[in-house]
Amino acid sequence: MNALAAYNIQIILFLPLLTAAVLASLKSYKISAAINVGSALVTFVAACSLLAARPHSGRYVLVDDLNIVFVVLNTFVAFTTSAFSASYISHELETQRLTGAHLRFYHAMYQLLLGAMNLALVANNIGIMWVAIEVATLTTVLMVGIYRTPAALEAAWKYFILGSVGIALALFGTILIYMAARPVVGEGLNGMVWTELIQHVAAFDPALLNLAFVFLLLGYGTKVGLAPLHAWLPDAHAEGPTPISAVLSGLLLNVALYAVLRFKLLMAANAGAIAPGPLMVALGLLSLVFAGFMLYRRGDIKRLFAYSSIEHMGIIVFAFGMGGAIANFAGLLHMTMHSLTKSAIFFAVGHVTQVKGTQQIADIRGLTTTHPFLGWALVVGVIAIAGLPPAGVFMSEFLIVSSTISRAPVLAVLLVIGLLVAFGALLLRLHGLAFGEPKGETGPVHASYLPLAAHLSLVLIAGVYLPPPLVAWFQHIAASLH
Amino acid sequence: MDRLAFDIAHFLAGGLVLISFVLLYQDRLFALLNAYALQALTLAFAVAWQAHIQEAPHLYITAGITLVFKALIIPVALHRMVARLGVHREVETVVSLVPTMLGGIGLVALSMVVMLRVTHGADPLTREDLAFALSVVLLGMLMMVTRTNAVSQVVGFMSLENGLILAAAAAKGMPLVVEISVAFSVLIALIVIGIFLFRIRERFDSVDLQALDDFRGEHR
Repeated sequence: MNALAAYNIQIILFLPLLTAAVLASLKSYKISAAINVGSALVTFVAACSLLAARPHSGRYVLVDDLNIVFVVLNTFVAFTTSAFSASYISHELETQRLTGAHLRFYHAMYQLLLGAMNLALVANNIGIMWVAIEVATLTTVLMVGIYRTPAALEAAWKYFILGSVGIALALFGTILIYMAARPVVGEGLNGMVWTELIQHVAAFDPALLNLAFVFLLLGYGTKVGLAPLHAWLPDAHAEGPTPISAVLSGLLLNVALYAVLRFKLLMAANAGAIAPGPLMVALGLLSLVFAGFMLYRRGDIKRLFAYSSIEHMGIIVFAFGMGGAIANFAGLLHMTMHSLTKSAIFFAVGHVTQVKGTQQIADIRGLTTTHPFLGWALVVGVIAIAGLPPAGVFMSEFLIVSSTISRAPVLAVLLVIGLLVAFGALLLRLHGLAFGEPKGETGPVHASYLPLAAHLSLVLIAGVYLPPPLVAWFQHIAASLH
Repeated sequence: MDRLAFDIAHFLAGGLVLISFVLLYQDRLFALLNAYALQALTLAFAVAWQAHIQEAPHLYITAGITLVFKALIIPVALHRMVARLGVHREVETVVSLVPTMLGGIGLVALSMVVMLRVTHGADPLTREDLAFALSVVLLGMLMMVTRTNAVSQVVGFMSLENGLILAAAAAKGMPLVVEISVAFSVLIALIVIGIFLFRIRERFDSVDLQALDDFRGEHR
């Protein structure tokens, strides 16, 4: 345990890579799945130990209050998803949608993705952060296309092209940040070190910073899934394996969001630069309202929840764009709750689609009668994600709306309209899915319900009772975010 | 700064923008690939020249990667792929030529205005190189949105990336340039392998993305 705490940062960064190498060479999928879960668990424990034993921040690694939240949340969802994935893939193997060779590749990519996301979160260098997000994108592209069906290949291709353009824009923004930093912090490595940048940003040229932020927001915003750059997201969620949908929605979107937040901090610390808030508010609202209306016409269950992810990322970006202690607090809380709830929904959806053999909403009915646990879990998950009390999402949405009403009533009206539209769409679909005459296959499910139950109970508990240390911690971060 | 050094850097960077326009009006795939190879070659010279005037030896590595990988291996591989997969040899466009070219001119003007205005603190060479780099990036994007054909979209992306490498090389003393150019090479290699492995031709009878759109699944 002490060794774990002493080398926590090394474990977080290198254990996934090591595991990826081991998994790539292992033939038995059962052992691979077990190693995958074990390694993700160790990474999660190491991430938790960051809270107690924070490593010294150097020129390459930075651990501060902000990114610890992301790292802990990321490694936790990665761990539970790996447990869900173990039961998911054995079914895929039985139905021969995937072969043993595919699974070796899948497991290795899963760990590589975790390593890349952790690197992006703890990197103290905006260049390294960019490279890590690129690697994370590539591994998910490969996994989205793993079924090799025409639809999967098309989804992977679209994700690839749009993701690459986003990444290219982000790099241009990164170069411009360096250009802005160079006259102040000097040439060489320091011009990209985050802690150096934030220290000296007040003296940077505001015009260059403005331009850089536009590129960075559009570039990383593509990866967050903000409208109008969201086109890759529903396809990638719908056509890839369901554990990957859970990881995409629960984790990768957050990592891109983290990058946007870092650069927002830079902008806020420079008096002459434009305020980043209004841009983020506009993009966030657009995504929320757009995705809300798009939810109505979905026929595919995974696509439905993918649009719901766009909606929620819109809410989160809106909250951080509004800024201020309450909105930032609500944004952080909403991000955490969304990650937990959405991945739980995808766990349930994964088992449902395996039992029913289809992703079409019209062919899935009456789940609560045929599969009580799964059906009710889905009901709880959807009610939570739609923002009904007592789930945690309700609390964060309530905070966002109430803090907006007092500061910008017009925006609050738009926000509430978007929320209600999405709420209606989700409940409409839920009714058909969960209740009524059962339709389709009614065979038993071979599933581990533990990850699902863990996520949902966390979300429900958070809606009723948030531990005071957590609240204090989030409030502290919210204050530092401006 | 030495007048000649400035002129040569200016000439090479301007050449990249010019070749971006050449890429825009190609209507045959093989000609498009040749023009791309020429752009990569020009970029290799531009980066090598930056390495020389900035006395930054690591940039020679980037120049070398550009020369071998992007000016030789990728165009040759794409040539063979187009021939073997029997892809349509014509480039199909969404928008016709004249509006595209006019749009391109507008984008170059835009990037000049934007970049020259915001970088007045930097030295003239960096300013102009960044303005040219942004032009190449925007023209690459224009190419990606006005083409329906997967191979020419990839060429558009690769030319966009040429602009980024130019910007990274021009930003004096920028760290990680070599690492970033390697990361991009991996990305491009994967895209090209992707076209081949996914056998878009076999599965969809064409590399035309409009054919792919039928598989969207939204209408099911």
